[in-house]
Amino acid sequence: MPTAKLQILRSSQAKAPAKRKRITSERFLPPLILVPTLAAIITFVYVFILITIWVSLSRWGTLRIDWRPRDPLFEAYAQMFAMPRWHADLRNVLVFTILFLSVSIGFGLLLALLLDRRLLGFTIFRNIFLFPYALSFIVTGIAWRWIFNPETGINLLFDGLGINKWLVSIGAAPFRPGWTTDPSVLFSVNNALGHVFPAVRNLSVQLGIPIALIPVVVAASWQLTGFAMSMYIAGLATVPNELREAARIDGATEFQVYTKVVLPLLRPVTVSTAIILGHVSLKIFDLIFAMTGVGPGFATDVPGIFVFDMTFKATRYNLGAAASIVMLLLVAMVIVPYLWRNLRKD
Amino acid sequence: MQISYANFRQSLPRTIWDWLILIFLLLCVLFFLMPIYVMVVTGLKQAQNVSLSTMWQLPLHLSGGGFYEAWRRLYPNMGNSLQLTIPATVLSSIFGAINGYIFAKWKFRGANTLFAVLVFGMFIPYQSILIPLIQFLEQIKLYGTIGGLILVHVVYGLPICSLIFRNFFANIPDELIEAARLDGAGVVRIFLLVMLPLALPAFVVVGIFQFTNIWNDFLFGVTILPNPSAQPVTVALNNLSGSFSVDWNVVMAGAVIVALPTALIYILLGRFFVRGLLAGSVKG
Repeated sequence: MPTAKLQILRSSQAKAPAKRKRITSERFLPPLILVPTLAAIITFVYVFILITIWVSLSRWGTLRIDWRPRDPLFEAYAQMFAMPRWHADLRNVLVFTILFLSVSIGFGLLLALLLDRRLLGFTIFRNIFLFPYALSFIVTGIAWRWIFNPETGINLLFDGLGINKWLVSIGAAPFRPGWTTDPSVLFSVNNALGHVFPAVRNLSVQLGIPIALIPVVVAASWQLTGFAMSMYIAGLATVPNELREAARIDGATEFQVYTKVVLPLLRPVTVSTAIILGHVSLKIFDLIFAMTGVGPGFATDVPGIFVFDMTFKATRYNLGAAASIVMLLLVAMVIVPYLWRNLRKD
Repeated sequence: MQISYANFRQSLPRTIWDWLILIFLLLCVLFFLMPIYVMVVTGLKQAQNVSLSTMWQLPLHLSGGGFYEAWRRLYPNMGNSLQLTIPATVLSSIFGAINGYIFAKWKFRGANTLFAVLVFGMFIPYQSILIPLIQFLEQIKLYGTIGGLILVHVVYGLPICSLIFRNFFANIPDELIEAARLDGAGVVRIFLLVMLPLALPAFVVVGIFQFTNIWNDFLFGVTILPNPSAQPVTVALNNLSGSFSVDWNVVMAGAVIVALPTALIYILLGRFFVRGLLAGSVKG
């Protein structure tokens, strides 16, 4: 308190010069304070990305560093897009993203809506559903790898619940998938697409859902459904109760209150959640690294693993760099419009 | 009393639908806790009792199971992770507070564009900067050291920390700053004397968020620290499960040990945890 008073006195005595000094410092100091951070980010993000692009165009394909540009310049990209493994990777990351987003957003929304009734144990339920979010993808991967071990885990549980006994009794084959060890692809659309685009027949990968990818989708959804649920719970809290009451008075059933009033208001939440989870899923690496690796016939390989293998195991730096730039472009296609829309507003 | 009793009455299931919802939620709880159950139960078994056919059963004898062995193999790396996570969390919180304050309260021309440039950094796949990053760390002699990994986590933590603090400071009324300015305080003094004392909750949110992120990191740990004895515990756990003879009780016990610090934080400070997670979705 005394210092504050003193300051007022001082500033009133020497008003003019102090004010000028302050105006200049208030103009130049704020940007100046940000200089170290921005310098670090420009170097570590933007300059490093440019260097990676350069590496992807260079002759640095062995342990020996070679910055000279390659001829033809985009040879690493051409090589990569000719690799059956890279085709499998692109299919996997796409299929994984679609399945994982549908499951975690759908399940997360369902949980949020059910919890919205605020029945007994609301807080406990919510905390349990979000709990996996706090764990490392490595922990999640290890736990689910054991659960989806075809000799035990889930399959044993099916046996124990008598499902297979019942299937055999009605003359069907017992349900014992090989999960992460199964290289086959479900719902392959190659033949169907082949009628329209004959080029599809020459593809080296089956366009469909690899069975080995399903356990990974389950594990990722187990970890991140709670995130989607939390986003929706926060979104539901912003829907005014008066609005729901008004709809009820107008004769809407409880079901209609949700489909006609609440859900349309939650659309922005869905967009945010889809984009956050979408960029996680395009970058997915740790979970698959710990759970299945590349999988049988590259059934669970993704660009994140491809980059790691090419760069750090095969030391084909230009190829790894090229794949990482494709990853960056995939993420940027999702994130840049989102940031543009969100940050322009304020 | 009256009110809480009424709330309790409200929360009791009344219709058949309410009962169905409750039963469904309880089934979901079983699903969400199942991997935790498997990890703990398998971890508590002795190696000779871990068999494929009894996976879902409780251990026969009560003993430490795989925990002794897992702890013996992981505790040096637990030390590394702590040595790395704590300083990196503290430093990135401090930088985040400073940046967030400037971006929220001292907007200059072009500040919003710079903010977007900064925030984009948290979404990039880190694979796309790893090669130059490792070369840079080699040049400044920090490759393979915990110090180098701290630097990396602080730099790539700047966007998210600045974002959370900016959203926090934006909600503090401008009148407070005006009053301090009339008292003659400048940019720095307002931050130190007015804003920092108010920012404790934001520090808790960012601290928890960063601690969890850095503790759970794998990619930077495995690429920047090739020496197994210096690696963080997530990498050590993965090595444990990738070795030739997998003792599942040891691996599961290890997974529980690695999960414990962040799980405890979540259980004790879950409220702040949720706030950090929601702030990460960019909305102001």
